[in-house]
This record gives sequence, structure tokens and C-alpha cells, in this order.
Amino acid sequence: MAFISSGYNPDKPMENRITDIGNRHYGEFLPPVIKKNFGKWLWHEILEPGVLMHKAESGDEVYTVRVGEPRLMTVQYIREALDIADKYCDGYLRFTTRNNIEFMVDSKDKLEALKKELQSKKFPGGSYMFPIGGTGAGVTNIVHTQGWIHCHTPATDASGPVKCVMDDLFEDFQKMRLPAQLRISLACCLNMCGAVHCSDIAILGYHRKPPMIDDEYIDKLCEIPLAIAACPVGAVKPKKKKIKSEKTGEEIEVKSVEVNQERCMFCGNCYTMCPSMPLADHEGDGIVLMAGGKVSNRISAPKFSKVVVAFIENEPPRWPTLTKTIRKIVDAYAKGAKKYERLGDWAERIGWEKFFEVCDLDFSHHLIDDFRDPAYYTWRQTSNFKFTSKFPYEYADLKVEK
Amino acid sequence: MPKHETPLLDQLISGPWPSFVDDLKSYSEYRHKNPKNVEYQIPEDVVDDLLGVLELSYVDKETHWKHGGIVGVFGYGGGVIGRYCDQPEKFSGVAHFHTLRVNQPNGKYYSTEFLRAICDLWEFRGSGIMNMHGSTGDMVFLGTRTEQLEEIFYELTHKLNQDLGGSGSNLRTPSCCLGQSRCEWACYNTQEAAYQLTHEYQDELHRPAFPYKFKFKFDGCPNCCVASIARSDLSVIGTWKDAIQIDQEAVQAYINGEIPPNGGAHADGDWGPFDIQKEVIDLCPTQCMWMEDGKLMINNKECTRCMHCINVMPRALRPGNDRGASILVGAKAPILDGAQMSSLLVPFIRMEEPFDELKELIENIWDWWMEEGKNRERLGELIKRKGFRELLNVAGLKAVPQHVQEPRHNPYIYWYEDEVPGGWQRDIKEFRKRHQR
Repeated sequence: MAFISSGYNPDKPMENRITDIGNRHYGEFLPPVIKKNFGKWLWHEILEPGVLMHKAESGDEVYTVRVGEPRLMTVQYIREALDIADKYCDGYLRFTTRNNIEFMVDSKDKLEALKKELQSKKFPGGSYMFPIGGTGAGVTNIVHTQGWIHCHTPATDASGPVKCVMDDLFEDFQKMRLPAQLRISLACCLNMCGAVHCSDIAILGYHRKPPMIDDEYIDKLCEIPLAIAACPVGAVKPKKKKIKSEKTGEEIEVKSVEVNQERCMFCGNCYTMCPSMPLADHEGDGIVLMAGGKVSNRISAPKFSKVVVAFIENEPPRWPTLTKTIRKIVDAYAKGAKKYERLGDWAERIGWEKFFEVCDLDFSHHLIDDFRDPAYYTWRQTSNFKFTSKFPYEYADLKVEK
Repeated sequence: MPKHETPLLDQLISGPWPSFVDDLKSYSEYRHKNPKNVEYQIPEDVVDDLLGVLELSYVDKETHWKHGGIVGVFGYGGGVIGRYCDQPEKFSGVAHFHTLRVNQPNGKYYSTEFLRAICDLWEFRGSGIMNMHGSTGDMVFLGTRTEQLEEIFYELTHKLNQDLGGSGSNLRTPSCCLGQSRCEWACYNTQEAAYQLTHEYQDELHRPAFPYKFKFKFDGCPNCCVASIARSDLSVIGTWKDAIQIDQEAVQAYINGEIPPNGGAHADGDWGPFDIQKEVIDLCPTQCMWMEDGKLMINNKECTRCMHCINVMPRALRPGNDRGASILVGAKAPILDGAQMSSLLVPFIRMEEPFDELKELIENIWDWWMEEGKNRERLGELIKRKGFRELLNVAGLKAVPQHVQEPRHNPYIYWYEDEVPGGWQRDIKEFRKRHQR
């Protein structure tokens, strides 16, 4: 493994340096039929799950085959896709905002061979490399984050749960039987690099234990005032502590912090600012399941996802409780919603009390908001509600047994 | 014989969905065989060790990546994220495992030639493992050693004419939907807008000078395929001012069942024949559509452009021709004070090159945020803390009813002194002449 220089000279970093050039212009990468008809498209149709046709004013047509991809991928996987794009698509392809790959051809007669090749590609263990689907009223690919494969703050894995959920919902990726599109997202902690807060179903990693404090190191590794300021609920305070040094065995006084554990909402913002306050814990960490969000303005305004399951344990490698719970929600939605109705619109129409009943999900105090102002607006300020059989509602039923 | 046994991860090989484990395992073998005789610049067993450390996380149910680590390329404060393994003795191949964000072409179209060159570079100088794409939109290179960072940057800029993306407290890589390249609904050229703003604001993108991250996202229409309204501090959503274009013959074809509704999106459901009254007219949120003498009528003055009717009948209905965008600001994920959606600031703006009005608005907002924003305070939180009227002031804009869903619920109006006749400085003695103690 001999070092090979790129031409960069570490003694003169500014020599021939090129900076601030930004990205390449998209115009370099458009397939000819796309370039020719740019801004001149008339309409489109989904010919079958995963296959779209767009018609241009010129009469030209472009046929797109959409396939799911794992987001985390090797260059060999990408090269497989590139080989197909070279063979069938004049050397172009594109990726979607939801981690799908799109292969485009300019006439219908080129479609079958492309589809056949995509369908035939499998990994050695048998999974599809390029499953066709992800269009229309079905489940498209999951937008997700890094998880245990690369991140320092996750409360769950990302690629693993995604693989399990998509294996389970695979039929709905390749079909369009649902009332509307169903967008699933995963973020492996509350930082939400995956911004899952407006998804039909959101899988969110969550910690449940307050941070531990590495007293001997915190003052050396962190700006303590920043760690204190990072806490949104004012639970972190400065504290001088007498501890026995791990290094010398002597008793020493250190500048550290103290956490009011009852106030902690486990957001992990202190850990983001200070590596000496780790939260991760194999028993504490797991998944919060949220539902009913969307980003489209269609029919109703965009809305946030709501917490529908307060905690699901991390169950690697196959996350069975997670997949079963999502399956229950998807099936209840498929059965109960009207055509065009997004999951959140359906839940609002039938009432969330009914949502919990028809999805067979438990309800507990964890699901009633108590975080600042928005909380009040989520309680029920009307006498209109539905009675449910799953949840007894009379005074005597509500009384907690002593 | 694999370097590490991975019995848990191996259970993610089966099932129909593309298996990232199988991909990694296959690539690990390929890397050892090295058929193209690549002179790998980081350990050959990087993929084996990545699988090993992930397997350990599957056992421990905790991550094994350390917090942060300040690495980067000279002159930039973003684009590289330092990452170190917390078990470097066991997994030396991933002891350093830094990330580079590479600014994707807008709309995420690629030529195979370009992407092959990217793959070759990354196999040579890194792990060969990528994300296509990261959540913000970049191509993500996952895993290389510190000494390779400058080399990769040099090759990217010199050989591939390609720069890094954003990270940290700076402008994050702008992203957009595929826009006019292949969508009939895009009300402006989202790709060009994202491209031009990316290039206009290179300094802000590479050198952190902001209180926290700032994201632009460009959606071509209110369907919001790139989720700008939920995911960007400044959301640009295409819209139009004039009438929805109607092809009445095509409307009839939908009614007669000759064209599948919603572009065929419901093909596998048993929804019965298309019913324009039930599926379009009754679902219109403003009830501004009706049938008259067999023709579909729209009272466009009442339309809020939600896209439903257009989505259902793409061959009959199209957005109007007088096009631009709405600007909304302040979206963010829950950290810290709860999630926020973007709020409408400019109902309509022209989105034509060189996007001067948009740039003026952005720079006015940035000046305020950089002056007033606290460390790690997103724009949306600053607006909440200082009030929407402050935002209007700094943007130099008047209030209009479109800014609110409904007017305020309380009379606690913060009047400015100059809005009240006589001002606030009064004489208590004069008051007492009129009112005894």
C-alpha cells in the first residue's frame, strides 16, 4: 500500500489549489430526450408499478423504470447500475429524493429488455439488486439515516430496520393497492438527519436514559458552558466534584456538571455539544413510532407525524416487533381509508381514538403531549369524541387500581 | 474466510429487499481479489472491519463510533465529518472512518462516465462505500483516513471539476426536485435555481459563519417532492397566479373511463369506475369546481392550488402559465424546541434568472439571523423568539392576511411607540390633574 500523491503538495497547500467551484451543472448529465424536452412536458402516466411514461409537447416520450436501492451501497453496486445504464439508457441514470434509481429510455420497445435485466439482478444471497416499484399509491423506498454503521449518536440502527421493514412491505413496494402514497422514513436519533417528522410513518430512534457524566474528562474535552446552554430544559448545571482519579488513584477536584434527571427529555443535545455526556444504552435505547404526517399540500395542509407507539425495543437483527406494528398500521389504513386519503387525513377523519382501536395499538400517558405550548392544542377541547370498545372510557374504568 | 464472523448481520441477507449486508460482503471479497490491481490507499480490509464493528453493535445494541473529531480540508470548515471507531484495536481498518460530502448535481442525474470516475476515486482513496444520497442530498463518501482527505479533494477539484458539500454551521448543500427536466408541473426551473444559489453562496457553504445550519430546498410545485416545507429554513415552492389550464376533451375522456385517473397510480386497488364528482369536485378543499353542460368549471379566484385535481387528471388539467413560487421560512426537525414547518413569507415571487429578488430576501434574512441568532438557533426558532413582525421588518415586507392561518388569539399586541399618538413619554403630574390619587 504505497502512498500515491494526487499532486497535492502538503508543504504548499495553496499551490494550484482549486476551491469554491460548487457542483457540476445538471445540464451535463441529462439524457438526450430529457434535454431536448426540458420544460416541455405535457403529462405522465404510471404504466405499471415502477414504470412511468412522460409525454412531451414534441410528441417525444420518455419511459422511466424506478427501482429501490439500499442507500448505503458499494461502488461495485453502483457499477452494476452504471453497466445497465450504459447498455440500455445511453449512459445516463438518475437518483430520486427517496433513494430510488431511475433508468430512462426514449421508446417503449426498449422497456422490456431493461426491465428484464433489472429484475434478473440479484445479490448472492438472493435479494434483488434493483427491485422495480415505488410508484403511485404504494410504499416507496424509506428515507433514512446512518445508524450504527457510521453515526456517533444513534439510538437504533438505520439500514437494518429499513431492510426488515421493506422486506415485510415488499409487496406494497411493487403494487399500488393503497388509498394513497405511503411515505416511511427513519431517523436514528432525535437530531433527525432524516427529518422524519412529516412522514406517513416515521421510525425514530430514541434514548430513554439521562446522560452519564465522564467527570474526570469533561472539563478537558468540552466547553462546559456550551453543554449547559445546550440543554433545552435547563437540566444541566455546573458542579465541582471530588472524585478518585482513574489515572492516578488520587482524590481530585474537577469541574464537571450535574444533571437533573427528572427534567431530562433525552434529546441528546448535551452529548452533541460534549462527548463526555453519553446517553446510549442497550436497554434504554429503542424506537418511537410516529404516524400521520405529510409534506404535500394536496387536499389538506402538510402535517407533522404524531407519536403512536411510545417505545419499541431494539431487536436486532430483524426487528420483529417494529415490522409487525408497521404492518398492522398499513393494513388498517389500506382497509379503512378512502381513495386519495393520506394516512394522517384518514386518522383525522375517523378520529385518533378510532385510529388506535382499528390499528390495535395501546394508549398510555406517553402519547399525550406535555412539551410546552403545542401540547395544549393537542388535547381535546370539545365534547365530540367517539366511544371505543378497545379503550373503556367510563370513570370507573379509568380509575387506576391501587 | 471472512475476517469477522457476523451471524447477526447474516440474517439481513435473506428477503427480497436489496441487502446492504450482501452488498458489503460481496464487495469485501472483490476488494481482496482486486481484479483491477488498484493501489488501495486505505486498508484493504476496511469493509471487513466495518462489518465487524456493525456486528458488534448488533450484539451490544450501542454504536461504536466516537464523537466528532475535527478534520477537514484546508480553507474549508465543512464538507468533511471526522469519524473514529471506539474499538480501533479490534477494527484497525476503520480506526479512521471519515465522511466526505460531495455536492450532487441538481436533480441527481448522472452520466455513467462521471459516476464511474467518482466510484474509481473512492475505491482508490477510500472504503468504496457510499450513500446515494445523504439526507440533505449530497453524494456521501463513507470512510477514509485523514491523510487521504486533501488528496481526495485535490482529485475531485482538479480531475472531476467537483466540489464538496456543506456541513456544520453553514449553508448546507441546496437541493431540489427534478423540476422541469421531467415533470410537467414544475412552475420554475428548480435545478437552475439550486445550481445558481449553490454557486452564488460558495463562501457560505464552505466556511461556517452562521449560528447553525441553513438549508434551501426547491420544490417545483405544491406536491413538495423534496419536502422543502418540512426540511428547509428557506422553502421555495412553485405556484401560479392565473387559471388552471383545462382540456375539456381530456376531461370527458377521464369521465368516460378512457384514461386512468391519477396517472394510473391506483391500478392495483379495487376502486370502481372513476367518478369526477366524488374524486375531484367533492375533494377540492375550496369547493371551487363544478360541472356545467358537461364541462368542468373552476372558479380560479377561490383556488388555493393544492394540486389535487391536477394530480388526478394530469392530461386534462395543468398549472396556469403565470408562474413563480411561494417562499416559506423556518422549517426544522425537533431539536430543540420541537419541530417546525416553514411559514409563508412571500406569497409570490418570480423565479427567473438571475433570481435577484430571491437573493435579496435571503441576504436580508441572513443578516438578521447572523446578528440576532444564538449559537445553534435555527431561523425558525429565531422567528418564534423575536416574533413574525421582526422577520417582516428585516425582510422589509408588509403584513398581508396570507401570512396567517387565522389572526392572533389574544390582544397582546406589541405596539411600537411611534404607532401610538403622542408616544409613551407622559407626565404623571398632568395625569393627576385629571385624576386624584
